[in-house]
Amino acid sequence: MNEELLRIDRLTTSFRIADDYYAAVDEVTLSVGTNEIVAIVGESGSGKSALAYSIMGLHTRARIEGSIYYKGQDIASLPLSKLNKLRGKEIGMIFQDPQSALNPLMTVGDQIEEVLLLHRPELARKERRRRVIELLTKVGIPRPEHATGLFPHELSGGMRQRVVIAIAVANEPKLLIADEPTTALDVTIQLQILDLIRKLKNESGAGIILITHDLGVVAEMADRVAVMYAGQIVEIADIYTLLAGARHPYTRSLLQSIPAAGEAQSRLHVIQGIVPSLQHLPREGCRFRSRIPWIDESAHEAEPKLHEVAPGHFVRCTCHSDFHFPVHKEDDRHHAIS
Amino acid sequence: MPFLEVNDLLVHYPVRGGIFNRKQRVVKAVDGVHLAIEQGQTYGLVGESGSGKTTTGRAIIGLSPITSGSVLFQGRDIARSGTRMPPAVRRDIQMIFQDPYSSLNPKKRVLDIVAEPLRNFEKLSAQEEKRRVRQLLEQVGLSAESIYKYPHEFSGGQRQRIGIARAIALKPKLIIADEPVSALDVSVQAQVLNFMKDIQKELQLTYLLISHDLGIIKHMCNFIGIMYKGRYVEQGTTADIFENPQHIYTKRLLSAIPDLDPSKREKLAKLRGAVNAEYEQFHGSYFDDEGLAHPLKAITKTHSAALP
Amino acid sequence: MWKTVARRTVIMIPQIFLLSILVFLLAKAMPGDALTGLLDPSIDPAAIEAQRERLGLNNPWYVQYWDWITKAVQGDFGQSFRFKLPVAELIGQRMMNTIWLSLATLVLTYLIAIPLGIISGRYHDTWADRFITGYTYLGFAAPLFIFALLMLWVFGFHFGWFPTEGSVTPGTKPGTWAYAASKIYHILLPALSMALITTVTTVQLLRSEIIDTKQKDFITTARAKGASESRVYNRHILRNSMLPIAAFFGYEITGLIGGTVFIESIFSYPGMGELFLSSISLRDFSVVTALVLLYGAASILGALISDLILGIVDPRIRIK
Repeated sequence: MNEELLRIDRLTTSFRIADDYYAAVDEVTLSVGTNEIVAIVGESGSGKSALAYSIMGLHTRARIEGSIYYKGQDIASLPLSKLNKLRGKEIGMIFQDPQSALNPLMTVGDQIEEVLLLHRPELARKERRRRVIELLTKVGIPRPEHATGLFPHELSGGMRQRVVIAIAVANEPKLLIADEPTTALDVTIQLQILDLIRKLKNESGAGIILITHDLGVVAEMADRVAVMYAGQIVEIADIYTLLAGARHPYTRSLLQSIPAAGEAQSRLHVIQGIVPSLQHLPREGCRFRSRIPWIDESAHEAEPKLHEVAPGHFVRCTCHSDFHFPVHKEDDRHHAIS
Repeated sequence: MPFLEVNDLLVHYPVRGGIFNRKQRVVKAVDGVHLAIEQGQTYGLVGESGSGKTTTGRAIIGLSPITSGSVLFQGRDIARSGTRMPPAVRRDIQMIFQDPYSSLNPKKRVLDIVAEPLRNFEKLSAQEEKRRVRQLLEQVGLSAESIYKYPHEFSGGQRQRIGIARAIALKPKLIIADEPVSALDVSVQAQVLNFMKDIQKELQLTYLLISHDLGIIKHMCNFIGIMYKGRYVEQGTTADIFENPQHIYTKRLLSAIPDLDPSKREKLAKLRGAVNAEYEQFHGSYFDDEGLAHPLKAITKTHSAALP
Repeated sequence: MWKTVARRTVIMIPQIFLLSILVFLLAKAMPGDALTGLLDPSIDPAAIEAQRERLGLNNPWYVQYWDWITKAVQGDFGQSFRFKLPVAELIGQRMMNTIWLSLATLVLTYLIAIPLGIISGRYHDTWADRFITGYTYLGFAAPLFIFALLMLWVFGFHFGWFPTEGSVTPGTKPGTWAYAASKIYHILLPALSMALITTVTTVQLLRSEIIDTKQKDFITTARAKGASESRVYNRHILRNSMLPIAAFFGYEITGLIGGTVFIESIFSYPGMGELFLSSISLRDFSVVTALVLLYGAASILGALISDLILGIVDPRIRIK
């Protein structure tokens, strides 16, 4: 149904701390098709944003290994001048914080116009201005002619995020990367922005990578989901399978810890311990091992791999097969100490 | 008599300008809020940015100047303008802040951070003070050895616990928690929320929980007030609000909550479409000329809404 | 915009008024008075007393102050006993020299600061950056008057490349090209000496602004648009980093006042600063009070200019 647009192949992104390199993204393999929304879910430190930035080549000081094939071409090894022909044109990006993602000293119109100027120099100034207004209309900004002359601080957060989206889709990209696009917004605004992203996808048939920590947003938007923990993908499945039949202990714990709007007041599940920092990630064995200490060591694989447990459903490590939550739910504040 | 009662609270800020810096207009951050909380309960104050929920919380504890209205804590007016809050009341009401990264002084040790309210209100020997701080840290689930560490050595969830340890140091009766978990990851959020419930039972605390996250509000609260542009639009028990919302704004807010069941997408889209249509259609009658909510009207004993 | 200018100017008036009282009282508190330097010590004390009475020096301070300030607002600051000239006229002669020196210093300051700051900020943590920051530390550490003396000795006396005193070669006719060239030639060394030291603040400011702006999210947005690195720097980083530099401009004026006082004395450059120091040592109070008042007013004006510039260039606080 969907043709493959992007294929990330054993991508490792490492950052230098002191004199060593530490992998924030560790051998991630993932593909995105046209007209598909793939969500990447994880908490802070999971490497989900580092992955998004790697695809766009936005890390200024990182070591990238592995390949990122966009329409068959490896863009991970592309020189900057060639990558710049793709960024903003074929691949667009929406950022988390509309407060800071726009240049405070440039008008909204100029900022949208810049991305047109960069990739479609053949457009006359008048046409560019017309296109800017067209884009502002498309993302739902009232009085677009007036809005072009405004500075970012004159707009509300939701309106600013619409401008960020207008920049991302200005050249009708085939791939859109949305990094926590609604985290900084109120729920009603979140809904509008998500609707807008969905509408743009339906119109253009673009593939979308949606980076988020919010499983609610995932449930509303995604076709497929990859769950990341400590730099690795621990589970991939289509949205229905993931929310109804998650296998990996981390995914299951995460689902249990949301104060779901539908549930009665009860205790939330707490994942023991804390997400280890980049320098202290366990490099051997199952990375989630230390956070489920009640599970027998022998349940884990020595070198955890992704196993296909059902068609299209991959789970890392063997520990999922007999995972259970701890039976006695005592006061959990004391084993939360690291 | 309610434990905390807020009557017709107004917090207005003047906007100055012109050559002589005269008052030109007034921003009505909080515009006539009434609320009442019973002891041991959790009252949720919900609203989007700019709704005045944070200002309300800050006004109750005396951090924002009150223009008019009264705040009765155990029957005693604690917010009469011009007078400072009596020390005994200041001990009894504490606040937990949103951002565990900026609300703790990075140059101070945990010992000094947690002991600060003790130093303000109780004369303790150094020995005694350390003992109390260790006790408090254990109470919030941090190891007693942490007292000589600095905030940056802790994770976000742990920092929020340090903030809570500081807030409960004086055994307060009321805690105002302003978005206490919104800067935290989901799993850490769960930890802090559970913990807040535990200490509520242990210390018979009353909470005023300010949040934009309806999932958290529903999970934590007995009573909910929904604010919009400085005014209340609806107030009631958790069941009143979630099962029988009356105001179009509340309905819209509730329908915007993401649902964890992807199979409901289409149904939700239809519901939201309908709610939005209703909102657009009746906006004029549910809000006044300035786009503000009308005064609350009682629907049942517990439930009231700003109906036209 | 004009409303704000008007409001700020109105606020300046009481500031300058307070300053004038302060200046006047300080001058009064100094030992001696306007007569001390004027008179021959052998004159009969009774005659001095009569003279004091006649000049109003025995009146209460506020009466004296009122006399002084009412004249001052009309531009009459009294007589300089040293030069036997009205103070206003004396300062008028010197003022243009100081303004030219200050302008030259400002130009040199920015000519040095902007390229160094940009290199240092853009390539921070490289050898070039370390070299430049090393220089700024030296600049912070070296006292201006010692550095200026060194410059004067090396380039003025030792190599003889620059004149060592005055503001123009004697005998050149005002209005000719030779006169202008001579003026510039005399300004060059003092201005450079001052600029090399005062510029370090601006270099550091620009460097840290660039490093700061480089990490802003909107820079990532610019890269994600496909902008080349040079465009990212020129369009986004530099423009945004120059903003505080522009706003700092007014405060530079305050810095220049302190600088010119030393520099003019060291280079025997006939400006207000040189006049100021020599008047203090000779107790020429009417000149000193007038100059302090003028310097104070210039500082207040500098702060006003800074605020206005920021209001004009930064859309976030743009004055409507």
